[in-house]
Amino acid sequence: MKHESVEINSGLLIVLTLVAISIGGLVEIVPLFHIKDTVEEVKGVRPYTPLEQRGRDLYIREGCYACHSQMIRPFRDEMMRYGHYSLGAESKYDHPFQWGSKRTGPDLARVGGKYSDEWQTQHMVNPQALVPDSVMPPYPWLLSTELDYSDIEQRMIALKRTGVPYSLSEEEFRRNVEEYGEEMAKKLHIPNAKATLEEQAKSRNWDGDPSRVTEMDAMVAYLQMLGTLVDFSQYEEGYFAKFR
Amino acid sequence: MSTSAAVATAAPAEQYNYDIVKKFSIMALVWGVLGMLAGVYIASELAWPFLNFNTPEITFGRLRPVHTTLVIFGFGGSALFATSYYIVQRTCQARLWGGKWLPEFTFWGWQVGVGGGAILYMLGFTQGREYAEFVWQLDLAITVVWVAYFLVFTMTLRNRSQPHIYVANWFFMSFILAVALLHIFNNLAVPVSITSLHSYSLFSGVQDAMTQWWYGHNAVGFFLTAAFLGMMYYFVPKQAGRPVYSYRLSIVHFWALSFLYMWAGTHHLHWTAIPDWTSTLAATFSILLLLPSWGGMINGIMTLSGAWEKLRTDPIMLFLITALAFYGMSTFEGPMMSLKSVNALSHYTDWTVGHVHSGALGWVAMVSMGSMYHMVPRLWGTTIYSLKLIYVHFWLATIGIVLYIASLWVAGIGQGLMLRAFDEYGNLAYTFIETVTFMHLPYVVRAIGGMFFLAGMLLMVYNLYMTIVGARRTVGVNAPAAAVAHG
Repeated sequence: MKHESVEINSGLLIVLTLVAISIGGLVEIVPLFHIKDTVEEVKGVRPYTPLEQRGRDLYIREGCYACHSQMIRPFRDEMMRYGHYSLGAESKYDHPFQWGSKRTGPDLARVGGKYSDEWQTQHMVNPQALVPDSVMPPYPWLLSTELDYSDIEQRMIALKRTGVPYSLSEEEFRRNVEEYGEEMAKKLHIPNAKATLEEQAKSRNWDGDPSRVTEMDAMVAYLQMLGTLVDFSQYEEGYFAKFR
Repeated sequence: MSTSAAVATAAPAEQYNYDIVKKFSIMALVWGVLGMLAGVYIASELAWPFLNFNTPEITFGRLRPVHTTLVIFGFGGSALFATSYYIVQRTCQARLWGGKWLPEFTFWGWQVGVGGGAILYMLGFTQGREYAEFVWQLDLAITVVWVAYFLVFTMTLRNRSQPHIYVANWFFMSFILAVALLHIFNNLAVPVSITSLHSYSLFSGVQDAMTQWWYGHNAVGFFLTAAFLGMMYYFVPKQAGRPVYSYRLSIVHFWALSFLYMWAGTHHLHWTAIPDWTSTLAATFSILLLLPSWGGMINGIMTLSGAWEKLRTDPIMLFLITALAFYGMSTFEGPMMSLKSVNALSHYTDWTVGHVHSGALGWVAMVSMGSMYHMVPRLWGTTIYSLKLIYVHFWLATIGIVLYIASLWVAGIGQGLMLRAFDEYGNLAYTFIETVTFMHLPYVVRAIGGMFFLAGMLLMVYNLYMTIVGARRTVGVNAPAAAVAHG
């Protein structure tokens, strides 16, 4: 076939171009939905509780991903600085993923538990008060704004549609009890969402004031659980390497 | 066939729809100024954080997508609509299909999408996907606009009175098709409710990351490269007054670029939790991509062979050829950074940001500026207000880019080296905040570089404004020319 036939036929140009641009994506992405080893089997990973999920929504709203990654690479310096490298399984309930592409600030994949709730709150309100050379913007409005969780059930239903195992029926609830234990299963039960969200917000002194449910409560609850789900002491050295 | 660009000559106004080209050109300038202003502002926030002023709407995290959306989709997108509508009409010698209203719909749809998206980010409504932050309603609207664009473009091609489809139009076609695919698959999401602006992406974690960077990289490959190559393949031969250097090279360039780009996206995810084989495959194809990229650069630059003196006498040519030189430079830097060992250092640092801007400012913006300086006077049937100001613009832009990318090489490579440094006992040599302190000076220089570039852009707006106003004035004196100017 002469190339001229493409140049004089717009239909042929469209079809051949579509073929040329489709192959790469098909070969690299489609198998990832089918190959089992893509995401390793690992214990401890669970969906976010309603309060944590709202915190995650705020993380996205403020564009935190523009400066913070959530993906530790398997290098000596990163593992010393941030902890065990990130596993695919650890973000399997992340819609959307927040691995990020830039570290203007440090990685947050395992920030959970590294600092106290009070530190996180104070740092968010005025980063330069704790880290004088920081270039992070202050987020005082998180502390003064009450958290809006009026649509939390709808949010969880939407996430359930994407495949997150929140429960609506009794049967789904029992399945979650087996998988995550009764206490966690209650938090993942959509009909309970508002109550468990308030309960979790008041269960701890997240932002220093347990009487109100603020955006800061949700944000700190989210940050404090990041990277804490997998107990790496349970796995042998090198176990995760075979999934790479 | 490579000479058909030169064959298309000035035609009576009613033959072509120039009105829509003018509208998109003006909006390209408006979004260019606003988007670059947002860029200078967020760059300044990193150098002087007090500029966040405790105000949610203008914090770095919310303004950053405003900057990227306005410059990529506002400035770049409007420039592409303008030039593709101009080029497809002139090289096909056919009026734009769709009557008055379908092209008009693509104009208003696109502007509302870009402007609405930017305002919503400032108010906190975003999908949290880089370069695809639009809320789901806008994603749907953009899809409809894009289908209309495809129809207008394709039907104009079909109505051509030339037997051959000129090479610039192949690139625009590839761009339209690829962006449609990328936009649809990357934005698959479940809305929270019909009335809510929020949605959750259909995929999660590893698969979501792969889809997003397949999109992200090919937004660069097709939106910011293939389409602007379409622009290059028309305006470089036009401005040089010579045919494209090699017809065969443009065929190889087109097919190799369209095929190879789609494999390379995963190099944005080296060393992350994706399977290694995808990473290796992407790095391999990224290296291969150097060949068509440089083939295209050579094809563009060599078009000037035999007319090199134009670089001394024609500032528009300076813009176009310098753009190609930056295209060559950043398409060399890109494959190098896609090597896993280089990427281990460069990823997550400002080296990446500098690399993007050598492409975005050096290639995309400069080829657009050169094309606008060529096209705008012709649209309004006049000559440019000041050639001297184009020279000044050229130097402001070039100095700005050099300051920008050099300072971010320092910031990025410096931070990368500091983060992986160990002391004599095997402990980390630096804390993270020490790298932030180190980057203050490069960040100041980068912001200044951005200011230079923005100053050049403002000069261009002034120059083109005076050109258009000048054209309107002559219209008052010379009645028959009125049809040209308003057509």
